[in-house]
Amino acid sequence: MVNLIIDGKNVTAKKDTMVLEAARSAGVDIPTLCAHEAVSRAGSCRLCVVEIKKGNRTRIVTSCLYPVEEGLIVNTKTERVLNVRRLVLELLLARCPRSEVLQNLAKELGVDPQPRFLPDTDKGKCILCRSCVRVCEEVVGVSAIGMSARGSHKTVGTPFKETSSVCIGCGACVYVCPTGHIVMQSTGDKRKIWKRTFKMQTCEKCGKYFAPVDQLKFISKKTGVPYNELAVCTECR
Amino acid sequence: MKKISNAKALRRVQDDLKQNYDPNKKLVTICAGTGCRGYGCIKVKEELEAEIAKQKMDVEVRATGCFGFCEKGPLVVVHPEKIFYQQVKIKDVPDIISKTVATGEVLEKLLYRDPQNNETVMREEDVPFYKKQHRLVFGSNGMIDPTRIEDYLIIGGYSALAKALTEMTPEGVISEVKKAGLRGRGGGGFLAGTKWESCRRAPGEPKYVIGNGDEGDPGAYMDRSLMEGNPHSVIEGMIIGAYAIGASEGYIYVRNEYPLAVLHLTMAMASAKEAGLLGKNILGTDFSFDIHINKGGGAFVCGESSALFASIEGRAGEPRAKYIHAVEKGLWDKPTCLNNVETWANVPIIINQGAQSYASVGTEGSKGTKIFSLVGKINNTGLIEVPMGMTLREIIYDMGGGIPKGRKFKAVQTGGPSGGCIPESLLDLPVDFDKLYEVGSMMGSGGMIVMDDRSCMVDVAKYFLGFLQEESCGKCIPCREGVRRMHEILEDICAGKGKEGDVELLEHISTGVADGSLCALGGSAPNPVLSTIKYFREEYEAHIKNHRCPAGVCKALITYSINPDKCTGCGLCIKVCPTQATSGEKKKPHAINNDLCTRCGACIESCKFDAITVE
Repeated sequence: MVNLIIDGKNVTAKKDTMVLEAARSAGVDIPTLCAHEAVSRAGSCRLCVVEIKKGNRTRIVTSCLYPVEEGLIVNTKTERVLNVRRLVLELLLARCPRSEVLQNLAKELGVDPQPRFLPDTDKGKCILCRSCVRVCEEVVGVSAIGMSARGSHKTVGTPFKETSSVCIGCGACVYVCPTGHIVMQSTGDKRKIWKRTFKMQTCEKCGKYFAPVDQLKFISKKTGVPYNELAVCTECR
Repeated sequence: MKKISNAKALRRVQDDLKQNYDPNKKLVTICAGTGCRGYGCIKVKEELEAEIAKQKMDVEVRATGCFGFCEKGPLVVVHPEKIFYQQVKIKDVPDIISKTVATGEVLEKLLYRDPQNNETVMREEDVPFYKKQHRLVFGSNGMIDPTRIEDYLIIGGYSALAKALTEMTPEGVISEVKKAGLRGRGGGGFLAGTKWESCRRAPGEPKYVIGNGDEGDPGAYMDRSLMEGNPHSVIEGMIIGAYAIGASEGYIYVRNEYPLAVLHLTMAMASAKEAGLLGKNILGTDFSFDIHINKGGGAFVCGESSALFASIEGRAGEPRAKYIHAVEKGLWDKPTCLNNVETWANVPIIINQGAQSYASVGTEGSKGTKIFSLVGKINNTGLIEVPMGMTLREIIYDMGGGIPKGRKFKAVQTGGPSGGCIPESLLDLPVDFDKLYEVGSMMGSGGMIVMDDRSCMVDVAKYFLGFLQEESCGKCIPCREGVRRMHEILEDICAGKGKEGDVELLEHISTGVADGSLCALGGSAPNPVLSTIKYFREEYEAHIKNHRCPAGVCKALITYSINPDKCTGCGLCIKVCPTQATSGEKKKPHAINNDLCTRCGACIESCKFDAITVE
């Protein structure tokens, strides 16, 4: 076990725990957008920054990626930290002015939109945290989406913005998206996501549409379970 | 070349080469770096060879690496007298051969003329541009044909490697590099020996060493010239480093836009392998080490170590948080020691000279020399190598020859796009890692862009932020969005749409971006803005409050007019104006129609009487 001090509290955490988890377990709240439990950490949203002190040196680190250390002094609400969070939220509010999640978070942290930033109209609600890309690669294992371009031109989507032949329509990306940017429409026997329409499978027992055929085929292939055994929804299983 | 089986055999090979080399034999060297190739030096070289053949002479023409004095290329030196000719054209070749080479007659018209006293200078080392230089790393460039390993061996190449492998332990090598005080030349300035030591101690196999040649700063090309001109020095340094660290594999990351560097490195590696100096059982010892070349796609961010690893691994070049250091978990999560190619090229010198001698050059905290690329509004554009601690004034005025057309110096940007602008009041600053950092700039990899009084500092900051916005990888929000917003505000200010409070807002964003960004690109991106605000705040205010661009650069804020007292009516400005905005009768003062004028500056450049004023 490792002992450290977070916002003046003595905290004990297991080795290799990240400061973010150690703080949360001690009841210290640190805001995050891109740290989702289902996927690996990218450290891209920068909201979870904290100030650490080692000897006489202080510095700003990403708490979701910084492992606990013996004797580490962590402050989660110093002026420097709040300044970074304020800027990140101002920037995000200007990028995604229609995101309710961001509006609520800004309200919670007392951040107003920066009037000098002209709000974007073409970015939707995407903050490019890449949670969707990571879940598709790490959890689903198909890598149907990825990032393209660089800097302020960066976007997320299918390769060359064409419909993906490997996407299975599972919707994991929708589930992990912190801001609700990715749109998935399910109507009757069809599901539309990333500009592709998937045929849905009905549950053999209750008759409800419950999963895309492609997704069940993918699972069947991956696990060796015959398709017909998968054609039952989780509620009826 | 035959395989060299051990250190003794290497010395024999070197001795044989030296014995067969007659220092008094006629030799013509010609700079064949990328800069001089742009001037057409290859044609000059072919002409030299043809003329020598025609006159049936036994003279070698050697295409070497970059001499550094790019302003005056193509450069030719006639040996053994070391007669230095500049701006050599094909038509000069017959005279060079029949007069200088054949009879030793010096061609006055091809010599460098010192603008200070209008006198010609015969030898390279007496040209003011070279006089104060200390060409430790770069010095051999002008003598070596980089495609021939023999040229490197004859000047004692690979002796340091032999010494390290046979007379020193890995720990001994590390201790020597530490004692020498060698700091990373890529910008970070971290102590190389300390890094090597941590990497040696880190658990995990295999270990990697990497030569970072992903030079991406606008206007900087010292790494390119080093890789092109003396590739073996980089390779030798890396092999010694690998021995010290215990690495078996290495990479040189070089951008594909540097085709000549890629070619010369590839050739150098092949010949080093053939000679048994690279690969399995180097110089007959148990030590084996191989290098691969990884060609980069030209993203600026790939010079950042963790982005560079990602790129080698085949992923998009994006940095990651480095709370676990690369020396423990770097390339493919294995212990990795990455140094800039210039850092590696310093290593053989340290081993050959010994740490004490090496550390006698430089300042307290920065040892040795540094290569800078001197560009912008400077008379002598080129690459210079100077001892650490030389003042900016010496660099800009003594070597650089000052500002063209006698204009006034305004600032020098050091450290590449994320460095800072240093004003005239700090010209006597000794240049080393710490001093540059103290004044809000940095060493970076050694770019120096000189600006005169016609450079608008807001426009300069806008240019660099624009570059960084394009080159940010886009992974983290402060850098991607923050730099973009800063650039937008700077664009507004330059367009006369700046608002009260913009300077303070830029400062606020700067602190957040510097503190909050994931890697050093974002961390240092605000530097051009912060340093220009610090030293040229009144210029920002003139733009915002008075809608004036004092330097006369920002097109939305300036008008051109012709001073009738100075105008002689020569008509040149009418000729060069692309929009027919200038008009007037011959020998009578001309005028500019500001409705048509696009403020391109062509008339100003053309006017010999300084008659065009910008307000």
